[in-house]
Amino acid sequence: MTQNAIIEIEGVSKAFGSVTALNGVDATIREGEFFSLLGPSGCGKTTLLRLIAGFDEPTDGTVVIAGQSMAGIPANKRPTNMVFQSYAIFPHLSVADNVGYGLKRKQMSREEINRAVTDALAMVDLAGYGNRAAHELSGGQRQRVALARALVMKPKVVLLDEPLSALDKKLREQMQVELRQLQQQIGITFILVTHDQEEALIMSDRIAVLFEGEIAQLDTPEALYRRPVSKRVASFIGVMNFLPATVTAKAKGALAVDIPSLGKVSLAAGHAPEGLDPTSVSTIGVRPEMLTILFDDAEKAECETTGEVTATSYCGDMTYYSVLLPKADEAVTISMRNTAGRSIVPAGTKVRVGWGAESVVLFD
Amino acid sequence: MNIGRFFSRNWLTGYAVVYMLVLYLPVVLLPLFAFNASTIIAFPLTGFTFEWFGVLFETKALHSAVQNSLIIAVITSILSTLLGTLGARAMVRYRFPLKRGIVGLIMVPLILPEIIVGVSLLVLLMQIGISLSIWTVIAGHVLICVPFSVAILSSAFQGLDPSLEEASMDLGETRFGTFRRVIMPLILPGIISSLLITFTISLDEFIIAFFLTGTDVTLPVYIWGQMRFPTKLPSVMALGTILLVLSVFLLVLGEVFRRRSASRQGQDASATGGLM
Repeated sequence: MTQNAIIEIEGVSKAFGSVTALNGVDATIREGEFFSLLGPSGCGKTTLLRLIAGFDEPTDGTVVIAGQSMAGIPANKRPTNMVFQSYAIFPHLSVADNVGYGLKRKQMSREEINRAVTDALAMVDLAGYGNRAAHELSGGQRQRVALARALVMKPKVVLLDEPLSALDKKLREQMQVELRQLQQQIGITFILVTHDQEEALIMSDRIAVLFEGEIAQLDTPEALYRRPVSKRVASFIGVMNFLPATVTAKAKGALAVDIPSLGKVSLAAGHAPEGLDPTSVSTIGVRPEMLTILFDDAEKAECETTGEVTATSYCGDMTYYSVLLPKADEAVTISMRNTAGRSIVPAGTKVRVGWGAESVVLFD
Repeated sequence: MNIGRFFSRNWLTGYAVVYMLVLYLPVVLLPLFAFNASTIIAFPLTGFTFEWFGVLFETKALHSAVQNSLIIAVITSILSTLLGTLGARAMVRYRFPLKRGIVGLIMVPLILPEIIVGVSLLVLLMQIGISLSIWTVIAGHVLICVPFSVAILSSAFQGLDPSLEEASMDLGETRFGTFRRVIMPLILPGIISSLLITFTISLDEFIIAFFLTGTDVTLPVYIWGQMRFPTKLPSVMALGTILLVLSVFLLVLGEVFRRRSASRQGQDASATGGLM
């Protein structure tokens, strides 16, 4: 992956009447990366995609694509192509005519168009479907046609507006993997809009999390999951247990963190997210899989506390335990892999809970 | 007591049959007397003949009336479909101030008695000093045909996914190219349906034509004129028969196209409204 910027979004705001959809968004999208815009519905992610595509003009700020400002440039003159949420397959055209639609305006011979269409259909595993009518296709096939129609234009950026949301779970999971592989093969920049955090984690190189028209965090999937910058980001991506805490001292580049429910621990100063004043820390977060129930007396963990199981939920490969820790108002969730020979402890059982200092995330 | 069931089983069925007979029996009489050999419109029928149809072909005044009516109907259908397309598009796709009021104003001729439209248009034209001609009839007909056109075409536009237009633009096509390659093919059945139905309405229309026609009478006005001469009645019956068949044919054709438009967009035809 190269580091050259393909899209620069500079201070982009968009208002529809009195409603602000985007508020001063800055982001740089790199050439060849799989970039996701993730957020709950109404956070402005689709608006941002439409501003990049050229269907709307920003109220403020500029969108630069491949070094060229897109101000005043309509959608049909931009080096981007979109896969619509509804797929927008032209119902009166065959699959091949749908895919070749945009090529007709280019200076290409009939044979060149045919070849490009055949190649594009093969790329999305629809070789031989060219003569089918649009209404003969299943949802997954329509999605592939929409993708082939965008890819055949050889755009600098492919924009995907929740392309998988209409598919059932199995097909969606399969398409997530295929889409990611295809993107890595052809090396074109993809920008995906999704409200599904799991989908974004699986597919993306980098993710921008949007809340209320502003980017809350822009990071790699791993950084987003491990080091979320706010409680809101933390609870939007995966499950996070929050516990009250205070930072009691700061000496020799170390933070002494007092978590009443878990115990006291010392962390490196660099552990606090950028821009967070360590003394303002009031909460810590810890992921369910970072807490361990120590079933065996011989098991040891870096740090330990005790708790009481209040509820269990069995999910096949995993069991989720709700455990009430000392001095805590609410039970935390602990996920445990169901290994061979491990039985599920019932509610009411007193257990030892192990955890590691590194897995603690600090919030204000 | 099963009074409700009794009424629904017997009385309502009987009522429906009588209702249909009263509504359609007179229409059946038209072709019946058109082929009757006697000049007197009365039972019993005296014999079968094509004579009255033959008379139609020899009447010069009738030919010019037919010509006037066809010119008026063709121009009316084209103008009102054009206006209807624009109106339906704006109605379905855009939001603008006073939208409800404007749409209501466009649709009001549907329920306005034609005699009021006719009289007021006549008064208006007299006041501004425009003399009556084919064109004044066309103006009146466009007024009453546009609501039909809007109704038919808004059902065509309603089924059109807005993202299809965006997809076309996104793939490098211009606005006009998008209209030509995507919008037009998808609403074409609706346009044909609108042309056929407005053509039929204009061709049959009497009241407005009666008020606004000058010396160039339309077919329905000509027929009304002939009613005063009892000997002409059988040939009027023959003419009425031809018009009846033609109208039904055009209306059915129009509906077929409207349904095809709906099904092409993958919708249930009966769910999208329409005239039949």
